[in-house]
Amino acid sequence: MAVKKFVVGNFDDEAVLFPAVKKVRRAGYKIHDVFTPFPIHGLDKAMGLRDTSLHTAGFIYGISGTATAVGFITWALTVDWQINFGGKPFFSLPAWIPVTFELTVLFASVGMVLTFCYLCQLAPFVKKDHFNTRSTDDTFVMALECTDKTNEAEALGFLETVGAKEVKVEYRETEWWIGRYDKEKKLFHKEN
Amino acid sequence: MVDGSKDYHQVTEDICRPVEATPSRLWWIGFLISVALLIFGIVSVTMEVMYGTGQWNLNKTIGWGWDITNFVWWVGIGHAGTLISAILLLFRQGWRTGVNRAAEAMTIFAVMCAGQFPIWHMGRVWNAFFVLPYPNTRGPLWVNFNSPLLWDVFAISTYFTVSLLFWYSGLLPDLATLRDRAKQKWRKHFYGVAAFGWTGSTKHWQRHEALSLVLAGLSTPLVLSVHTIVSFDFATSIVPGWHTTIFPPYFVAGAIFSGFAMVQTLLVVTRKVLGLEEYITLEHIEVMNKVIVLTGSIVGIAYLTELFMAWYSAVSYEEFAFFQNRLNLNSPYGWSYWLMMGCNVLSPQIFWFRKMRRNLFVTFFMSILVNIGMWFERFVIIVTSVYRDYLPSSWSTYYSPTIWEVGFYMGTFGLFFTCYFLFSKFFPVIALAEIKHILKKNGRSFKDHMDELEGESTDEFSGRHGHDHGA
Repeated sequence: MAVKKFVVGNFDDEAVLFPAVKKVRRAGYKIHDVFTPFPIHGLDKAMGLRDTSLHTAGFIYGISGTATAVGFITWALTVDWQINFGGKPFFSLPAWIPVTFELTVLFASVGMVLTFCYLCQLAPFVKKDHFNTRSTDDTFVMALECTDKTNEAEALGFLETVGAKEVKVEYRETEWWIGRYDKEKKLFHKEN
Repeated sequence: MVDGSKDYHQVTEDICRPVEATPSRLWWIGFLISVALLIFGIVSVTMEVMYGTGQWNLNKTIGWGWDITNFVWWVGIGHAGTLISAILLLFRQGWRTGVNRAAEAMTIFAVMCAGQFPIWHMGRVWNAFFVLPYPNTRGPLWVNFNSPLLWDVFAISTYFTVSLLFWYSGLLPDLATLRDRAKQKWRKHFYGVAAFGWTGSTKHWQRHEALSLVLAGLSTPLVLSVHTIVSFDFATSIVPGWHTTIFPPYFVAGAIFSGFAMVQTLLVVTRKVLGLEEYITLEHIEVMNKVIVLTGSIVGIAYLTELFMAWYSAVSYEEFAFFQNRLNLNSPYGWSYWLMMGCNVLSPQIFWFRKMRRNLFVTFFMSILVNIGMWFERFVIIVTSVYRDYLPSSWSTYYSPTIWEVGFYMGTFGLFFTCYFLFSKFFPVIALAEIKHILKKNGRSFKDHMDELEGESTDEFSGRHGHDHGA
């Protein structure tokens, strides 16, 4: 458990959020995260996040599916137990294309989804604190991480000037834990 | 394409309302009928397992009757969802957003139904796992990787898995919305578990977008491969009527055709019952009717090509299969061929008229006709090709299904609609986050205020919108 202190700004329009992210970064504040109800293209770039490598992982999974299919079928039908199917050669690669293709797609998809869940720490019974429950509805929530040097009043004021509708200082849990959403545990709310 | 003036919150309200309201009387009636059908199906399958496939009226030479007809029919229906969500995503068709979630769900349920038929057709179903290449005590004796029937095992199971992953990963953010809105305890818990702890973090959205795009890219060739492989079950044989090289594209076009018809059947009702007319608009219905007339005509050309090739090949067996067993209205199954022609090729031509494409009653009626026609297409392909083969002494008596064959088919309707009713009650039938994503570009009320954007210079505009996908 890692409870941290944040200056949180809630925005109601992505057209305001975009320039705000740029201004906040230019002013030197550290953005912990921006929670949005839907994907906003270019926001990751604006926040300075690097591109995801999920594609590369998918490619590797796909290739391993291809290799598994070709390798296994070749071994099973030409080495382990040769069977004469209608006089065709034991090594009949063209007939293996369908299964090879399907296994490529299967490995790539399953691998990518599992990797995605692992990277984002998503699983059943995982619980996380995402600052504002309206952030899955219509609110864009920007959280600035506070350090010892952060002047909270100044940060709050700055967020308001860049267009945030509602600003406050909050203590939030940043890690995931095993929990149920119907049971509110206050243990991560450290009062000052 | 969203009608009316809406903000993000209104979209959430509109789409979550049917999920959060108590089920209507209509819902209960529909659900209970579906469950009754499902029970009929379970009884029918139990009879078949207890007493063997002899409970069906299959005979020598009709080894594939209703059973495989139903299999191909359901798999075909299961093509529209992935087509809409994957191929139209890659083609950047913004309108797909309104219908993709429901269509994907339909795909998954249809593939579940399809899978039942080859499995129970095995007879000794407890040995069904023999189709998997697992190390066994019989050698190990491996499965025949050169056989289209085994390709089918891989194609259908992969297709089901990938469709399910694609659908569910897309659902995660919307389930999180339901979780965060939930008032009752059980809802908070249920959607809390189902949403996997989704937060909407920008980094997560970035990965989610990458995942969706790659899964769409993978699903596109996958969806084409599935019906291609199903058609190989027939096309690689030497049975006159099946032994045709045009089967793969012809089957894929037919699958899209029947899939869109089933989407229309479901959505015309769903939008009305759930009050989602502003999200599943007449525009959507019209576009899908255009797809129906296009694919229906492709299928029609395939039928004519088959007839031409039967004559041009100068093979008397091919000619017999096509001109005597099918085209001849006075032959035992001639009626089914003409029923297929009428439903699939002739009647969809009505959609050349804009008025008809935008008429809900015509759309619904036509979607049912197409479903019937596409069922008969598979019936024609399967039964009329095998009931009179090379040896006239083995020509089969007239094949008609038993009550348990019919019951099995009805049972899959029960399974399909039970799943669909549960889905429409507990899950958002429209992709919430995706609608919000396109709202400001495709929403009717926002489109009316595009003047400022249109006044911008190209550089300004492309600087901000250069990375837009699919909308």
